[in-house]
Amino acid sequence: MYPRRYLAGLGLAGSIWVLLFVAMALYALVAIAVGGIDPILLSPVPTWNPLHWAFGNLQSVGTALKPFSGTDWVVFQRTCIYIAIALVGCVLIGYPVAYYVAIRARRTKGIVLALFVAPFLVSYMLRMLAWVGLLAPDGWINSALMHLGLMGSPLNWLSGRPVVVVCALIYGWVPYFILPLYASLARFDQRYLEASRDLGAGTWQTFVHVTLPLSRQGIYAGMVIVALPMFGDFFTNALVSGTSSTAMVGTLINTYAQSQTNQTLAAAAAVWLVVFLGLLLLPYLRSSARATEAVGL
Amino acid sequence: MTDLVQALPPRLLGSEPPPAPWTARLRARPWGGWALGTFVVAYLIWSLAPVLIAFLFSFNAGHSRSVWQGFSTEWWTGPGSVFNNPLYFDAILHSFLLAGIAVVVSVPLGVSLAVFLGRWRGVATRPASLLATLPLVVPELVLALALFFLVTKLLHFVSVGTPGQVVGQVTYILPLVIVVTRGRLASIPSGFEEAALDLGASPVGAFRLVLVPLLAPAILASAIVAFAVSIDDFVITQYMSSSSSTQSVPMVIYNSTRGSASPALNASAMVMAVTTIVICGLGYLVYRAVNRRESIVFPQASIEPAPIGPALREGMV
Repeated sequence: MYPRRYLAGLGLAGSIWVLLFVAMALYALVAIAVGGIDPILLSPVPTWNPLHWAFGNLQSVGTALKPFSGTDWVVFQRTCIYIAIALVGCVLIGYPVAYYVAIRARRTKGIVLALFVAPFLVSYMLRMLAWVGLLAPDGWINSALMHLGLMGSPLNWLSGRPVVVVCALIYGWVPYFILPLYASLARFDQRYLEASRDLGAGTWQTFVHVTLPLSRQGIYAGMVIVALPMFGDFFTNALVSGTSSTAMVGTLINTYAQSQTNQTLAAAAAVWLVVFLGLLLLPYLRSSARATEAVGL
Repeated sequence: MTDLVQALPPRLLGSEPPPAPWTARLRARPWGGWALGTFVVAYLIWSLAPVLIAFLFSFNAGHSRSVWQGFSTEWWTGPGSVFNNPLYFDAILHSFLLAGIAVVVSVPLGVSLAVFLGRWRGVATRPASLLATLPLVVPELVLALALFFLVTKLLHFVSVGTPGQVVGQVTYILPLVIVVTRGRLASIPSGFEEAALDLGASPVGAFRLVLVPLLAPAILASAIVAFAVSIDDFVITQYMSSSSSTQSVPMVIYNSTRGSASPALNASAMVMAVTTIVICGLGYLVYRAVNRRESIVFPQASIEPAPIGPALREGMV
């Protein structure tokens, strides 16, 4: 093996980088959340010493987000509902696609794979820009619907419609759901399917009793991978809605962060979000650890 | 974190399972293939057609981005076009500058850290690898906010603007490089480097002559991923920007999509999309060539020859 000193030297730069820009950065976030505001400059002042931490900001943001009674509870609730629907949409759209490419496709596999990687190379913003053009009052969606006689007058889709926000979230993030699911479907031992069929199960039975349970971990991984950014997403909302009636938690944090005096609140809300996501992810982390153990990795 | 490794396409890790013969029978099911195929085609149209339409609108003859007014190339060559409007052109240049620096910094940093994490036997690796992959499990907005506070309140030697944007993007990309590299590293037995060291190579030599060539596909894949993620990145780039001179293309799109921007906006987005596709496509071709060449020279990289080393050494003692 390499001399330990040599290996340590190899890892030194990267370790310093993550200590500085991950650990210290997250500490700075907490220090701002428990810090104060400079009375003259009106800018946030971090409190680095844990002994002097003041929890007023965390408390006030926590009260605002408190279930049922808080003033921002409606935003939090809305975020969870939008994301839950978007996740269901991602599974319903993403699973058949991933399944097809990983298991069924043969001659078309290369081209389909290339086409579904394409959204990763076309930036997220461009894909939203495309929909803003289509959904504009004088856009193609409205003219198509009016042409078909489904609507008398053009509808302004981009003025705070929850349906549009949820659809935009699905459209934006579904490729990120498909990729890990595809990877897990392409990986599992497909002889199980053959065994299932040899034992007399039909296509549907094989799918329900073999394929689906075996791809559960991939579905979870995909859901986690898209749910995390959705909780911090403010740009999708801003582009396809832009009104506070569809604001999500990400919108809340971003709005706070725009004004210096509210930056402590942004930090406090971000800390709460991380705590919430940690609790939400705990079952997933447990189950993936168990699955990893079971496979013997 | 192993499931994150599993979340990557097997091609990236260079260990795709061989196709099974049974699939031919499953594929022979006509209706399943037919209905599913239609669904997949519909998905692909839904996912790509809007982008193509946005591309089309960059050739619109009028000022609208939603009503077709005839074909013209004025937004590509005219006085208000992408290349003549400094807002768009500077953003394009800035995006490429950031992507270039991000690749050059994050790939060596991430690969060396991944080798350390993968080869080091000791207590330091668990917390270090957890810390390194943390940016993957924290929403980007939280990381952006944290980095913004870090840079403005503590580390004043990094200023917001280009340096801050590079730091932020590299921090965000690093875990991806690490995941890709470690996936590959896991399939390279340490016996090869041990053999090189036993045969008198210096540690640097063993790393450079044995490990780096074996890691080449992963290094290339990381570079492609780093480039694509940097070009696409919005939240961190936005939070770490200082003035209009550090606007990247996604920021320009974010700031002007809901306004009355001309189709030159679509054109600028398209310039980025096309160059990204071309660069990543070329990168992928090189990746495939490297992968193929290596698999000829070295067909059974996953077989562990390690036991011979210790046995020989024990025999000598």
